[in-house]
Order: sequence, then C-alpha cells, then structure tokens
Amino acid sequence: MKGRIHSIETMGTVDGPGLRYIIFTQGCLLRCQFCHNPDTWKMTGGKEMSVEELVEDIKSYQPFFESSGGGVTVSGGEPLIQADFLLELFTELKKLGIHTCIDSSGGCFSRAPRFMETLDKLMDVTDLILYDLKQIDAEKHKELTGVSNDHILDMARYLDEKGIPIWVRHVLIPGGSDDDVLLQRLSDFIATLSNVERIDVLPYHKLGVYKWENLGLKYPLEGVEPPTQERVENAEAILNREKTIPIS
Amino acid sequence: MKTADEVVKSNPWNGFREGNWQKEIDVRDFIIKNFTLYEGNEDFLADATEATKALWDQVMDLTKEERERGGVYDLDTKIVSTITSHGAGYLDENKEKIVGVQTDVPFKRSLQPFGGIRMASVSAESYGYKLDEEVEKIFTDYRKTHNQGVFDAYTPEIRDARRAGIVTGLPDAYGRGRIIGDYRRVALYGTDKLIEEKKADLSLIGGNGVMSDDVIRDREEHMEQIRALQELKQLGDIYGFDLSRPAENAQEAFQWLYLGYLAAIKEQNGAAMSLGRVSTFLDIYIERDLENGVLTEEEAQELVDHFVMKLRLVKFARTPEYNDLFSGDPTWVTESLAGIAEDGRPLVTKSSYRFLHTLDNLGPAPEPNLTVLWSEKLPENYKKYCANMSIKSSSIQYENDDLMRSYYGDDYGIACCVSAMRIGKQMQFFGARVNLAKALLYSINGGVDEKSKAQVAPSYAPITSEYLDYDEVMEKYDTILEWLAGTYVNALNIIHYMHDKYSYERIEMALHDREVFRTMACGIAGLSVVADSLSAIKYADVRVIRDEDGIAVDYEVEGDFPKYGNNDDRVDEIASDLVKTFMNKVKQHKTYRDSVHTQSLLTITSNVVYGKKTGNTPDGRRAGEPFAPGANPLHGRDQNGSLASLSSVAKMPYEYAQDGISNTFSIVPKALGKSEEERKKNLAAMLDGYVKKEGHHLNVNVFDRETLMDAMEHPEEYPQLTIRVSGYAVNFVKLTREQQIDVINRTFHESL
Repeated sequence: MKGRIHSIETMGTVDGPGLRYIIFTQGCLLRCQFCHNPDTWKMTGGKEMSVEELVEDIKSYQPFFESSGGGVTVSGGEPLIQADFLLELFTELKKLGIHTCIDSSGGCFSRAPRFMETLDKLMDVTDLILYDLKQIDAEKHKELTGVSNDHILDMARYLDEKGIPIWVRHVLIPGGSDDDVLLQRLSDFIATLSNVERIDVLPYHKLGVYKWENLGLKYPLEGVEPPTQERVENAEAILNREKTIPIS
Repeated sequence: MKTADEVVKSNPWNGFREGNWQKEIDVRDFIIKNFTLYEGNEDFLADATEATKALWDQVMDLTKEERERGGVYDLDTKIVSTITSHGAGYLDENKEKIVGVQTDVPFKRSLQPFGGIRMASVSAESYGYKLDEEVEKIFTDYRKTHNQGVFDAYTPEIRDARRAGIVTGLPDAYGRGRIIGDYRRVALYGTDKLIEEKKADLSLIGGNGVMSDDVIRDREEHMEQIRALQELKQLGDIYGFDLSRPAENAQEAFQWLYLGYLAAIKEQNGAAMSLGRVSTFLDIYIERDLENGVLTEEEAQELVDHFVMKLRLVKFARTPEYNDLFSGDPTWVTESLAGIAEDGRPLVTKSSYRFLHTLDNLGPAPEPNLTVLWSEKLPENYKKYCANMSIKSSSIQYENDDLMRSYYGDDYGIACCVSAMRIGKQMQFFGARVNLAKALLYSINGGVDEKSKAQVAPSYAPITSEYLDYDEVMEKYDTILEWLAGTYVNALNIIHYMHDKYSYERIEMALHDREVFRTMACGIAGLSVVADSLSAIKYADVRVIRDEDGIAVDYEVEGDFPKYGNNDDRVDEIASDLVKTFMNKVKQHKTYRDSVHTQSLLTITSNVVYGKKTGNTPDGRRAGEPFAPGANPLHGRDQNGSLASLSSVAKMPYEYAQDGISNTFSIVPKALGKSEEERKKNLAAMLDGYVKKEGHHLNVNVFDRETLMDAMEHPEEYPQLTIRVSGYAVNFVKLTREQQIDVINRTFHESL
C-alpha cells in the first residue's frame, strides 16, 4: 500500500520520546490559522511512498532509536486521513520492535463503523498519540481551525477508553488560545482523561509564515507575536493543575 | 599534612600497583594496573582558583594584543629554536603551577628553519619581521633544509601536479608533524632510564654485521634520540627540575610530561603536534596525592587548568599560504580522552572530567583539541557531561573507540584530527591529500587542467560526446586515478625521505619504542562532489559545455539525481566504492621505509582552497565554490535531516580509510530537544547511534547561525567563540572571511 507523504525528517526531537523519524503526511481537514505546515493541507500532491520503501529506510535508523528510546512519529497534515496506510506501516514497524507514535488533531475522527474498525486495529499497533487540543470552546475552535471541536474531544475520550497514552499539546496563541478561563476549562476537560502522560504547551511561532506566502495565501495571524515566557509558564501551570482560575 | 617528599620517600613509584611497567618501558601496563574508574557525575569539580583566573586574564590580554599586532605578538628572528636554545620564560612565575614556554617570552613565536628556510623567512616577512642575515645565510649556503631536499628530488610531473592543485597541502615546505611522542614516559621513568634503554636498543641494531642503508640510518637516528633526551634533561635544568629521575608527585608528573612535549614543539613546527592520551595517566598521580592528603581537588584542577593553559599557548610561525590551507592558527595539540580498556572497563577517571572542565574554567578554546574516544559502553554520566560541554562550548570532537580499539588496542591516541596511532609504537608519514574532483575533470578532458589548460596528467583520449556516459567516464576516471595514485605516492616518498634526513623528529622518536610501525597516510578531498557528479551522470542527463579549445568547462544537468547525504544507497555506494578504489590503487605503490598505506577523508579547512582551484563540476557545483569538508555531504544537499546525513557518512568504509573519516556536524540548540536535559540526552544518544553504525568521527557544533553572523561583524565581542571545523577547532574570529562564509553556508540542522 502507498501513502501520500509530504516529507521526511530523520531527526525529530520534539515529537515524542527520543530521536524520531518523522513522516509528514499530505492532507488535512483543518485550516488552523496558526498552521506552520499549510503546504500539507492539500489532499493531493506529496510523494507516493510504499510501506516497504519506508520500512526499508526506517530500519537503518534503529541504532538511533535504540540508544535514545526513540522511534517513528507520523505527523502531518493529518495522519489519520490515511489510517489504512498507517495500519499497514505500524504493523510492519511493530514486527521490528519500533516505537510508534501519531501526531494528530483528531480532525477526521468519527464513530462511523468503517473508520472505527480501522482505527481500533491501528490503536493496537500504536504506542503513543500526540494529541492536539487547540481550543476548548466550540465556537472559538471553529474560528481558529475552521471546524468545531465536538468530534475532537470525542476522540480524546475514545483514546481514554482504549487506554492509549497521549501527550496533550496545546499551541499557545496570544488572543487565540491564551485566555485564562478557557485554559482552565481545557484543563478541567483534560483532568477527566486518565490516559494523559504529559502536557506540552507549544508557544506559537512564525517560522511557517513564509509557506503561506509561497502558497499565495493570506496569513490570518498577521501581527500576532509569539507569547511571552510568562504566558507560556502560566498556561503550563494551569494545564498541569498547579494553578487554578475561578470560572464564574 | 604530610609533604609530598615524605610520602614518596626514596621511591617515586611508591603506592603504585606493580607490573611489567617496572621491568620495561610499558606505560599502558602502568595505566591498566593503576587507574581509578570514575562513574559518578561532575559535581565534584572545582572552580578556577584566583591564580588561574589572573593567569588567564593575562593570556586574554596577550591574545588581544596579538590580534592588534596583526596576528603575531612577537617572533624570534635570530635564535634557531632547539630544545635548549632559550632561557626560561614565564607568564607569572609566582602563580604558574606548570611552567615553560617555547621561547623566552610567552606568545613569542620561535624560529624553525630546518623544515625550510624559505617558509621561515616568508612567514617572518608576512608579519613585518626580517630574519637575521646570518641565520638566513647559514641555512641557504651551508645547511640544507628539508624543503630544498624535496625540491631537488621532485620530478617535473610532481611539480606540475602540485602547481595545478590536484595534489595539495604536501608537507614539503613545512614540518610534517602528526608524530606523537609518548610524553608520559618522561614522567614515569625520567630521562636517565629512557637513555639507558635507548643505549641498549642501539646495541641491538646492526648486530648481524650487515651495514645496509637501513641499519646505518637506524643507528644514526638512535644516537640522535639519545642526544635529544640528554638535551631534554638540560631543558629541565633551565627551569630548575631534575628530569633525570621519575616524577614524584602529581605536579611533577604534569611538569615532566609537559617539558617532554615542550621539547618537541621547540624543535619541530609540525603541522599537527598532538599530545596523545595523558589525562588518565596523570589521574593516577592525582589520585595518589589525593589519597595521601597532599593535594586537594582545587589544587588538582589547578594543575589541569595550568597545564591546559600552556597547551593553549602553543604557536608557530606560518606563511599566509599555509593559513589558507589550515586556517585559524591551529596546532592540533590533540588530547584523547576516555575510551574503553581491552578488559572492558571504561578508561574514564575524574581527570577525564577535569580536562573538559577547563572549557568552563578557562572558557572555550580550540586547543588542546579535545577528543573524546566514544563508546556505547562509556558511563552514562560521562556521556551526558560530554554532551553538555559540547552544547556549551562546541569545542569537542568525538571518535569511535569501539571501531578503533579493534585496530589499535586501548592505548592509542589521535594525531591531528582523525589519525589514530598506538602511542609510542606507531607513527605516520603525513601525506595531505589529492583532489578527486579535479581528477574527475581530468578524465573528461584527457588529463588537461580545466583552469590552466595545461596538460598535467599524461595525454589520454578525452571524452568527446555531448552527453556524459557513466561507463565511459568511469573507465577514464579509473585510468586517471591510477596515474594520480602513482604520482602522489612518489611525491610522498620523496618528502618523507628528506624529512627524515634533514628534519628528523629526535625527541618525539626518542619517546617511541625501537621498532615503530609506520603508515603512509594518504588522503582524498572532494568525495561528495565526485559522488554527486557520478550520480548525476548515472541517474540524470549531463550535457557537456565546451569552450573554443574543446575543453569541457561546464555541465548542464537535466533531471534529478540522488545526492550523497540522504542515506540513499544509490549514491552512497558510489562514494564508498570510490574510497575503496583509490585506496587499492595507492596500495600498489612501494612506500618509503615500507610504511603501510592508509588514507583519510579529511580536508581540514583546505576544502575552500581546493574548491577555488577546481572548475565547474558535473553535479552542478560552480567553479571556485568550496568542497564539503572531509566526508561531509555538500552544503545544503542533505535534506532528510541529521540522521540521514550521519547515516550516509557512516557508510564510508573505515577499513579502507584507516587514517580517519572526518564529519563535521552543526545543529541549532533547539533542534536537539526542548529542555536542557533532553538536549544532553539526545546528543549523547545521537553519538551512540552514530558509533553503532560505525561512523568514525564527528565534530559537534551547537549554535545558531545568527551567532556566527554577529561574530563576523563584531569579532571583538567574541574572542573565545570556538567552532569545530574539519577535525579541529578554531577561534571563529581567526578564520579568513572567505572561510567564515563557508562555515555559515554549511548545513545547519534545524528542523522543528
């Protein structure tokens, strides 16, 4: 089976534990205003690569995975759009004892039987999910990403039911996802989950802006600056429940 | 508290475990029997003492003054440097725990004409000095030098190849270096014992009565060695030490060892004057003194700091041409740290930490060239400490001990950048390198140089087709390489014959065994350019553009092709095959003193000069653009991230490049991980993985490109900014602007 691959980075250090082989897949349903990989949105394009081809390449990095406790992370784009491909890839990687991880925002999640059948199987060969919770408020989520967050929160519950460990990631955007009360509500939601191993606050950055320009797109967050260190620490404290904001 | 004298009493070896080292010269045995493994963390380390800080301030002031004086503080124009040529010199005698400088004044460069009077005279003139007329006359009219000997014997063919830059950087006008004396022997045995052993050796040479060239030379060399050891003893007298006996405590061990090394650099301005592997040896003396209560941790660190400070002061007078090749005033005082003993114990001691800790106490610096012999089996604490110091200082290089131990045992050191040799038992004839990219162009142009249009190689039939055919190019390339290997080895044989004759390394060889294993260390440059060019010819269409004389001067690549540095076997195999092919060709030629052929994939900073001398290449590289250094992929062509790049280089076969495979790696801090802890862990893991994949060497730089750009504009604000280039470290601000730009243009791994 072939997957649609945007690009490969052989030394990822921030997308899961240890040194990681990152596969960026092509295609995403979300249109996040802060996206730093808008070139992965389109469902077409990218390079078609077979499972065998990828596994052959990945195998050569096993010494690095072993020494670092690393493995393979599929990011995107939205990897779950190609769930069938992921299933076949991860099945092969598990045969080699390689740690598998998906970086997802749950944008294509649904409880439809056909999708669930594949997803259930995929979760059997997935060791970790990096799960983006971008905004707890449904309205604001739609503003920020173009879609509502009902199914995204639902997928978090699904992963909890399945007992799949997740690292929650929250991109902190001044004005977009940095409201104390909303952070508290997000924190309260996360607290209902029992599968959360780690919570990362990712400060919004502008390194992907040039890609919007290259694609001829208008950058919606023009003028928004990265958050201050103080705000980052504030969000970390709230999400890790070291600090509580009263919700009126 | 007891005094050191009371502790050691009449026997300087008191407290050491017995072994064969007492019966014969066997430093390895002494280390293996006596070293104390340390697996803890760095918390025990002591800060710089007030004396250390004051001395270092003085050094920084002198460094500033040197820069303001145009790169040379002072230069001896009259006294020819020998082991005993100068009186004692000090920074501040009352504060220095380890003493001795090359001349009578720190920072004053010595006069060393034996390699070549021209080099001595030109380097003096380029800094505004004039050699003493009498000295110049003596070394021109009466005393022949290495340089003159070489040019007397060079053939016209070798001269042409040299002029065209297909063979470059040959040590034919300067000291060859890359010989490591076992300076530890001075401390452990004292000069009397060493002289006695050498005299015994001498009596064994020529015992069968046949006075052949070899035997005569060997006898003469041994007499020279004995004389040098006697002079070393006198050098001790000049500074008030009795080197005839073994060192009795840690301070003496450092001092004895250092004076052995100082004798070597007073007499030889070799390109690389490496130190060897001394830290674990010296640690044994420190441990004994600590145990006896005559030394504190502060004092132990002070000895290391002051010793290292001396190593940072080593300087030679060089010509501008030399600086183009080997930029930044390098001396390659390489010290090899850690590694694993053959019995499986890591050779990591507290002093393996103390030496790296000088990067904190004195700040980062290019010298000594701190080289960690890396193994998966090193203690985790030490791995993390090394990684941390790399992230902080970008001053460390790593070499694969698991790979080298099987070739050289557990008491080898690195000469220069990547050349491993058993200490005191092995030496090399340094052979610089040939330009394989230019050779490829010669195969297309029938041996005609693409820049000068001169017929440099023999006149073979050129390629005349519009598009390059892979098989045809390979066939012709093979013929050119055959010629090149022969010409190259011939040149090296002449050089080393003359160096032995006119500029023999007496004191360094006196600190070797009688029978020495010699290698002929050849080298190649332009590996990635050739690999990518051949890949373009094979996988894309390469159209030749010829000038009015029919010489191929440019190439147009139609289509895409696999590029070295992306872990793609299609091109990586072309590169590794090339390494094997050239080694096999070199091996067919007889070498001087039956030395064993080796080669390195190392360019130092000469990748810039080589690039300048080489025309457009079929991979799309433009004429004059720098090559990649060493075995690195060409700048910007490795696009799948660090591990792909490392994996490509790790495929180069060490078996066919036993003189070392250099890889320089630059990464921005945040690409190593989010937190400091993760960065240390990830860098150590990356090194483990590279070693497992049998990668040989890695220079590690951790900084942002912006830092370098700023340093280029404001050098005065970055006096100690140190970066690793190809196999050594330099003060970034001492590089030529061209080389600074080359470093900045290199691939910085910065994925997020």
